[in-house]
Amino acid sequence: MSSDNNELLLEVKGLCIEGYSEDQWHQIVKGVDFSLNRGEILGLIGESGAGKSTIGIAAMGFAKPGCRIHGGSIKFDGLELTTATEEEKRRLRGARIAYVAQSAAASFNPAHRLIDQFSEPVIQHGIGNREQAYADAKALYAKIKMPNPDTIGFRYPHQVSGGQLQRAMTAMALACRPDLIIFDEPTTALDVTTQIEVLATIKSIVDQFNTAAIYITHDLAVVAQMADKIKVLRNGESVEESETRSMLCDPQQDYTKSLWAVRSFRKTEQTIDAASTPLIKIENISAIYPGTSKLVLKDVNFEIRRNETVAVVGESGSGKSTLARVITGLLKPVQGSIHFEGEVLPADYRNRDHKQLQNIQMIYQMADTAINPHHKICDIIGRPLSFYLGMEGEQKNRRLRELMEMIEMDPDQYLNRLPSELSGGQKQRICIARALAANPSFIICDEVTSALDQLVAEGILRLLDRLQQEFNLAYLFITHDLATVSAIADKVVVMLQGEVVEQGPKNEVFEPPFHEYTELLLSSVPEMDPDWMTRVIAERQAKGKGGLESSGN
Amino acid sequence: MNQSNSTSNDSSMLKPTKTRMQRFFSELLKAPFSAKLGMLVIVVYVIAAVFAPIIAPYGESEIVGKKYMLANDSFILGTDNLGRDTFTRIIYGARNTVGIALITTIYAFLLGGLTGIIAAVIGGWTDQLLSRTVDILMAIPALIFAMLLLSIFGTSVPSLILIIGLLDATRVFRLCRAVSLNVVVMDFVEAAKLRGEKIGWITIREILPCISAPLAAEFGIRFCFVFLTISALSFLGLGIQPPTADWGSMVRDTADLISFEDYTPLVPAAAIAILTLGVNFVVDWFLHKTSGLKDEF
Repeated sequence: MSSDNNELLLEVKGLCIEGYSEDQWHQIVKGVDFSLNRGEILGLIGESGAGKSTIGIAAMGFAKPGCRIHGGSIKFDGLELTTATEEEKRRLRGARIAYVAQSAAASFNPAHRLIDQFSEPVIQHGIGNREQAYADAKALYAKIKMPNPDTIGFRYPHQVSGGQLQRAMTAMALACRPDLIIFDEPTTALDVTTQIEVLATIKSIVDQFNTAAIYITHDLAVVAQMADKIKVLRNGESVEESETRSMLCDPQQDYTKSLWAVRSFRKTEQTIDAASTPLIKIENISAIYPGTSKLVLKDVNFEIRRNETVAVVGESGSGKSTLARVITGLLKPVQGSIHFEGEVLPADYRNRDHKQLQNIQMIYQMADTAINPHHKICDIIGRPLSFYLGMEGEQKNRRLRELMEMIEMDPDQYLNRLPSELSGGQKQRICIARALAANPSFIICDEVTSALDQLVAEGILRLLDRLQQEFNLAYLFITHDLATVSAIADKVVVMLQGEVVEQGPKNEVFEPPFHEYTELLLSSVPEMDPDWMTRVIAERQAKGKGGLESSGN
Repeated sequence: MNQSNSTSNDSSMLKPTKTRMQRFFSELLKAPFSAKLGMLVIVVYVIAAVFAPIIAPYGESEIVGKKYMLANDSFILGTDNLGRDTFTRIIYGARNTVGIALITTIYAFLLGGLTGIIAAVIGGWTDQLLSRTVDILMAIPALIFAMLLLSIFGTSVPSLILIIGLLDATRVFRLCRAVSLNVVVMDFVEAAKLRGEKIGWITIREILPCISAPLAAEFGIRFCFVFLTISALSFLGLGIQPPTADWGSMVRDTADLISFEDYTPLVPAAAIAILTLGVNFVVDWFLHKTSGLKDEF
C-alpha cells in the first residue's frame, strides 16, 4: 500500500535453519523464500512450530541458541547476512533492523526506566546523545498516544499497563528509525480492547516512517489488518504467499482454507430445562483478596443449568478468574453463597466432601502447569479414578483406555508418556480427561483455548461440545476471546471491574441494543476484512469516545 | 501398568523415547573429565568402605608394629602413635567417617526436606513457626553449637548423627522451602488440593518429584559439609571416639609429626581433601546439567 518506491530491502532465498535436540540436528525451516520492499509489511502466519519466529529472527541474521542457519541466503540492503561478521551484524541490529517481542513484560529490563532503555540503542549506535534521545522518545510517545508522554518514560516497566508497555516497545524499536521491524506476535498477550489500540499504533507508525515490517502472528484477522502480503507457513515450509486481499478471498491451498474455516465452528443446540433447579447458583457473591480492601467481585448473580454453557467474558482484571476461585472454594467470598443443586456449598474447599469436590472440576488455561511434568499420563488421569471412584487394576485400566478414546488419543501410544512428550493441544486434552475421570456434572474452563493455535483450539472446543452432549455437562467458560464465546456459549455474562454489566442468552447479548461496554468489546474483535480496523477507529473517533482511553487506567 | 508397550508401540513419526536408564548412561558418557574423575574417586572410596575387612592387611585397632614406623614393605604407609598400621586405619576410616556422614546427611534431608516442603504447602502459621525455629538454630555458629550439644549429650555415634543431622537439616529446610514455593503456586498443586488430596500426598507425589534435581545436587554438597564437620569434631576430640578409626582423629593423633618433616598426618588429611573434591566435581556437573534443564517445568 505505502510502498511507493519499490526498492528491494530484504531478500531471503532458500533459507534453511536447523535445531539441535535429541543429539542430532533437525531441519526446522526448510527452504523458505520471500522478499520485502521498503515500506512493505509481510505477514507470516502458521501454527506454533511452523517456524514463524525462527524465520523472523533469521531476518536479522540471528539464530537462537541451539539453532543454526544452515543454508540459503539472507540479503539485507545488499549485505549478505549469512556470511556477514558479527561486527557487521551488530551495526545493523537495533539501528537498521529492530525486533518487537511477544511479551513486552518479559523483554524489558525491570531495573531500568523505559526512557533509558529507549535511549540505549541510540547512544550505542552513535546516532545521538542522551538529550536528543530523550526528546525523541517523548515525541514518539506522544505520537503513539501514550498518556503523559513527557513523563511516562521515567517510569519503570512494572508501573505501566501491558498495552502501554507493548506500545513503549514499539516506540523503542523505532528509536533509531530502522528500515525493518520484526513484530513477533506483539498483541497475542493483550485483551481485544487493548489489542486494537496497539495495532492502530503500529500501523500508523509504520506508515509514517515508511518502515518495512515482518508481522508474525497466528491470528488471521490481525494479520489481515496489518499486512500488504501474507505468507502461510507450515512445518517450516511455505504453503502459499500472495497479496492480503487475494489471500483472504481466494486461498489456493487446502491448508490455508482450513485455517480460514476455523472460525465457523458453532456448538450444537442444547435443550435446557429452564424450569429445573439450577445446577450452580451464584448468589450475591462479593470477594476481596486477603490483605487488600478493593472489591474484586461485586454482588455477582447468575445461574447455570444442566447441559448449559455459560461464558463469562471481560478484560483481564475484570474478576473472571476470581469468580472461578470462589466457585471452587479457593477464595472465600465476603458475601453471598454458591448453591449446588439447591444446596449451599461450604465456602472453603477444605470443608467440602468428596462428592462435592468431584462434581465441580476445573480445566486450566496453561495445560503445561496444570499437569505435573513428572507424572505419566496414566497416573495423571488415573488418580481421580482411584481417588474418587476407588478403581484399581483391570477396571481402572479399562476406564483409562475409555477416557483416552473419548479425548481422541491412542491409549497404547500415550498412556505411558510424560507430559513433555506431548504437544500443547494434547496436554489440554489430558486435562480434560482428568476432569472427566471424576465423573463431574459441572466443569469450569478457565481460558482453556487461549494458549493454543486456532486449529488446535477449535478441536478442543469441538471435543468439549461433544462431551457435553454425551454426559449432560454444564460448563462455565471463562474467556476474553469473543470468537470462542460465540462458538460455544448458550448464555453470556459480561463482566467489567468485578461487576456483571450484562447477562442473558447469547443471542440477546450479542445483538442490538447493546450495553455500552459489550459494544466496545464486540467492536474490538478483529474481523477478516482488511479495512475493518480503519473503519472501527474512524467510527470511534467520530463518536468522540476514543477507544484509547480504556487502557489508560 | 502396561509397562511393556511403553517403547514398543511408538510409531516412527514420534521421537524415540529413551528409557530413563539409557538416558542416564548416555549423559554419564558425555560428562566432562572432572566429573568422571570425581565419580572414579567416589567409586574407589565406596569400594574401600564396603570391602574394608578384605582390603585392609591388619585389624582396625590391632597393634602390629612399633610406634611411628616409616613406610616399609609390611606397612606401606608406616604406623601411628600406638603402632597400628596407617593404611589399615585409612581404609577403615573410609567406612566410619563416610558411613556416618552418609547416614547423617540422609537423616538431615528427611527431616529438613519434609518439613521444608510442608512449610511451603501449608504456609501461614505452620510456616512461620517452622521457619523461625530454623532461623534461631541457624543464628548460632554451627560448629560451636555442635560442640556445645555434644559436650552436653556425650560423644556417642548416635548423638553425633542426631546433632549434626539436626543442624544441617536447617539448611536443607531453607532450600527445600524455597524451591517448593515455586512449585506450590503451580496449577497442578491447586488441582490436587481441589481434588481433596491430603497434605502427605501433595508433598511426596506432587512436589517432591519436581524439586528432586536441586535436592540431589544439594545432597552432594551437604554430604561434604557433614563429612568435614565430623572430621573437624573428631580432630577436636568430640567426634568419633578411639579406638574407632577416623580420618579426623588420625590427623590429630599424628599432628605432632608434622614438625619432624613426616608426611604421615597428611595421609588422612589427603583422604578427606580428595573425597571432598571428588564429590564437588560431580555436584558441579550435576548442577550445570539441571540448571540447563530448568525450562522443563
